[in-house]
Amino acid sequence: MRRIVYFIIALVVWLLLTWPFGSADNGLAIDWQVVLVGVAAAIVVSVLFHEIMPAEYKFFFSPVRVFWLIVYIPVFFYYILIANFDVVYRALHPKLPIKPGIVKIKTNLKTDAARVALANSITLTPGTLTVDLTDDGTMYVHWINIKSTDTKEATEYISKKFEYFLAKIFE
Amino acid sequence: MIDFLGYILISIGIFFDISGCIGLVRFPDVYNRLQASTKCVTLGTIMILVGTALIIGSGAIAAKAGLCAVFILITSPTAAHAIARGAHSAGISLTDKSIVDRYAEEK
Repeated sequence: MRRIVYFIIALVVWLLLTWPFGSADNGLAIDWQVVLVGVAAAIVVSVLFHEIMPAEYKFFFSPVRVFWLIVYIPVFFYYILIANFDVVYRALHPKLPIKPGIVKIKTNLKTDAARVALANSITLTPGTLTVDLTDDGTMYVHWINIKSTDTKEATEYISKKFEYFLAKIFE
Repeated sequence: MIDFLGYILISIGIFFDISGCIGLVRFPDVYNRLQASTKCVTLGTIMILVGTALIIGSGAIAAKAGLCAVFILITSPTAAHAIARGAHSAGISLTDKSIVDRYAEEK
């Protein structure tokens, strides 16, 4: 099962990169040679390296999770946009209004994939950058404009808004 | 019309990229600089890629641009995280303006 999922992902990436589907001029003729090479390469890769596929691959078979992922993407891009205006403001302001430091937050997410997604989401959103992540769910986050040094309050500010979605997607 | 939208997206993307670079120069220490460079460069570059895909409008270019955008979205925060963690374990301290460093306190 794991091999099949890996095979499909590898083949899709190959097809997107080589794009053997022709253009409107030649009637969208498919270049089967390229497709066949891709299939062969994808088989080799999926047989040899299927073990590095994270255990959460089952996620692709759950429509509810895919639905929440699709809901999450616009939310995520909204926060990225806010983060960018925040950085632009701080970088261009003559007085450089920053109040940085590293705070500690706790996450309730259990699986590795969910924690990695949370860490990456925190890094891309306003004023925060994940520095380290330990096995018991403690994250050290560099915060450019600290509002609270308390672990609980910092968690409220930084990770609450993502945990709700990520728990629905990955757990 | 779609061309116009593409040029607007590219302009905004370049603006964010430049702001990220200004932040990179002006911010005081490695962690703040990473903040500026990661966020701005990610969104700025994704906007440039999407704008390029809109202007050229062929399936091949759009597919490659979309793939690049996804890879940047995954790798850029991961790289920033690795650099920040490496810098901290190498003993690079936070700027004097910093308020708290829980990571150093608990290690």
